[in-house]
Amino acid sequence: MADCNETLRELETFLDDELSDGARSVIHSHLDGCPDCLQAFDFHAELRTVIAIKCHNDEMPAGLLSKIEQCFGQDFDGDGQIG
Amino acid sequence: MADRTEFAEQAMQYAPQLYSAALRLTRNSVDAEDLVQDTYLRAWRSFATFQEGTNLRAWLYRILTNSFINTYRAKQRRPNETRMDNIEDLYLYKRLGSLDTALANRSAEDTMFDLFTDGEVKAALEALPENFRLPVLLCDVEGFAYKEIAEILDIPVGTVMSRLHRGRKAMHKLLYDFASARGLIADEPEQTDHDASIFDATQRTAANLGTTIFDTTILGTTILDTTTEPTHG
Repeated sequence: MADCNETLRELETFLDDELSDGARSVIHSHLDGCPDCLQAFDFHAELRTVIAIKCHNDEMPAGLLSKIEQCFGQDFDGDGQIG
Repeated sequence: MADRTEFAEQAMQYAPQLYSAALRLTRNSVDAEDLVQDTYLRAWRSFATFQEGTNLRAWLYRILTNSFINTYRAKQRRPNETRMDNIEDLYLYKRLGSLDTALANRSAEDTMFDLFTDGEVKAALEALPENFRLPVLLCDVEGFAYKEIAEILDIPVGTVMSRLHRGRKAMHKLLYDFASARGLIADEPEQTDHDASIFDATQRTAANLGTTIFDTTILGTTILDTTTEPTHG
């Protein structure tokens, strides 16, 4: 059974899904019995979701896709071959 | 991948997310658009080196990152820089963890989603020095694994982890500063001596002056890293 310090030390690797199955289940079992740590983990999980959503909602300028498509199929270096 | 046409078709689906990432890196839409176009151009030209079975999305991000570092970084204007100080672990959580007591005028329905504006979250990420911004962007926004980030950035996994840790803390502190400057934080309740020491004079000033100082000072701030990190992985 991990203590709170050990658990919080793994908070990031846990949320990043980078722990081994074994280490993960140790954290899980601690969180099952520790509302304080669970609250900290929930907070960071929610924060992570908010950051990901808010940093990913930029609207692409109209016309960028067609500009990219124009790149494909061009003879860029003039060697007679596409690309 | 069988041929270039197939490559082009598959690669196009990542354009919107590559554009968002490019915006976080270049901080302006003109350069971001150029960077994305440049990325596809390079990808198309070096298609021969793409090995079937490898992750196309990670490969495109690697090209985007390298292209940014080699071409666009030199053009970057450097806004006001502040130091990337050592920040205590769980900085934001210790202040906002129990949202009900931490926030002024907060209703029960408010979630963390309503706490920060889109612009604040973007600005907090964009304020990180590049060495920290790239890992945080690739992990927290783009969802790449440590190993993929290490390959995209050509740094050891241990370095990815330490930069993520420090980059996130700096970003969280900036988010706290934004919320504080907007007056979202309830009057500082009974603080322990430890907590009180964190509220430095700058933060108090920012909170007192409200949005004026927020717009001109904090949003234009880049955090400057002045410390060294271990080179071992």
